[in-house]
Amino acid sequence: MKYHILFGLLSAELGLLATLHLQSAPSAERLQSELADKRALVSKLGLTDLALWTEARYTRHPSQADRFAAFQDFPSSIEHFPAGSIIAPPEPLRMPVEAGSAPSRHRAP
Amino acid sequence: MGSYHLGRHLKILEFALSSMLRRRTKNLGLVLVFAALVFLLSSIVFLTGALRTEALATLEASPQLLVQRAMAGRHALIPLDYGELIARLPGVGSVTPRYWGYYYDIYTGANYTLLGIGDQGLESPGSTPLRLVEGSFIMPGQRRVCLIGEGVARVRGTRIGGMVSLRDARGWMQEYEVIGLFASPSRLLTNDLILLPEADLKAHFGMPDDRATDLMVEVYNPHEVDNISRKILERLPDARPISHAEIQRTYETLFNWRGGLLLAMFLGAMAAFMILAWDKATGLSADERREIGILKAIGWETSDILELKLWEGAALALVAFLAGVTAGYAHVQRFGSELLMPVLEGWSTLFPAIDLAPQLDPYALGVLFSLTVVPYIVATVVPSWKAAITDPDRVMRAS
Repeated sequence: MKYHILFGLLSAELGLLATLHLQSAPSAERLQSELADKRALVSKLGLTDLALWTEARYTRHPSQADRFAAFQDFPSSIEHFPAGSIIAPPEPLRMPVEAGSAPSRHRAP
Repeated sequence: MGSYHLGRHLKILEFALSSMLRRRTKNLGLVLVFAALVFLLSSIVFLTGALRTEALATLEASPQLLVQRAMAGRHALIPLDYGELIARLPGVGSVTPRYWGYYYDIYTGANYTLLGIGDQGLESPGSTPLRLVEGSFIMPGQRRVCLIGEGVARVRGTRIGGMVSLRDARGWMQEYEVIGLFASPSRLLTNDLILLPEADLKAHFGMPDDRATDLMVEVYNPHEVDNISRKILERLPDARPISHAEIQRTYETLFNWRGGLLLAMFLGAMAAFMILAWDKATGLSADERREIGILKAIGWETSDILELKLWEGAALALVAFLAGVTAGYAHVQRFGSELLMPVLEGWSTLFPAIDLAPQLDPYALGVLFSLTVVPYIVATVVPSWKAAITDPDRVMRAS
């Protein structure tokens, strides 16, 4: 019966996925147990960002960057780091801006 | 009666599988393409999900409110007087200056983040020893020492007891003894970090005594953070408050698979999939038409033919979907997302190794399922329905 083979194949795939997931449980538990230590480090050092992309200020500390950070080097300069294309534009940029309603974080000095 | 119906469905399924086996090369090709697309999409979903979870969980402890100063549209050093003014606002607890900056290392081509820690930070009450530090931590009053992240240790080829030399603002080489390393589990936070005593950092960058990089503000009531930010802006128009919620939102957006380049990759794969489904939907092969015509001629109902095609589509799509998702999960969990790393790393010299546990998020998997399996099944059934409602004689002659 060919449908037995189909159900067997689907069960094997589900079983493999479940096995992989179960195998990642110890690593998930370890990550969970390290979480308190990481938070202690973040709290003690006052860290704000992940150390992923170190090539530019605004990719190293995306949460600290102005929304025009990519264009800081000179007016109308274009984005030049690949990581900059992974980072989506901030939410306010995608919303229609009403007159005088600039978000506080980006308010011009 | 129930077993009769079940038996009938199983027989149609059996027929569908036999029919698929007759066109095994074509169907195997479809399974491989389908599985490859699901693999790419699910890898993106698993990786970004794991990174987002990690970022939000660890940065939960980041400062409640940071105040920077902007001058001429750029970040500028903030006067310590600002801190005194902010500390007088009702609802504000402590205001702690942060001293940090970037250092480009011409020998390795890497950028480091230099962070200063003052005696105040070292002696903060109730603070527990950091377990993610190998070696020792900076002691109050200690000078010319540093703690470094795993990435810095790797590119500099140094360990505890070694020296790190950095060129200071005057162009002089300064040497700092490595007394501690940030342990591997913290590398997503500390990979490029060099922690120095505050006085050394200020001397290194030539910072004026009355300035800091920014201010860390403690707010007693977390619900008041926005109010305090507004009051700070009223009193100090050149200040730029960044709240904890904004930091969290940044990482929500950053690792959202619906945004940025990952969205572009996602859309590219989806477009390829849609072309595949469209190709399937726009026409049946001559063999398939003839098969439908013969089945109708020997007495099969339209509903039977639709069920047959539904089984064909579902069998192929489910096998390929599960294979793609399983491979995507293994790719992120076992192989550190190696295929996505070149895209993710960009130009970062010190990109940390990512060791994360991906999660089987039912929402993301549901979206993936409905974007791939459902359209594929629809694309299989619709043209068959068109053929099945046509006169068998016409269908067979046309083919």
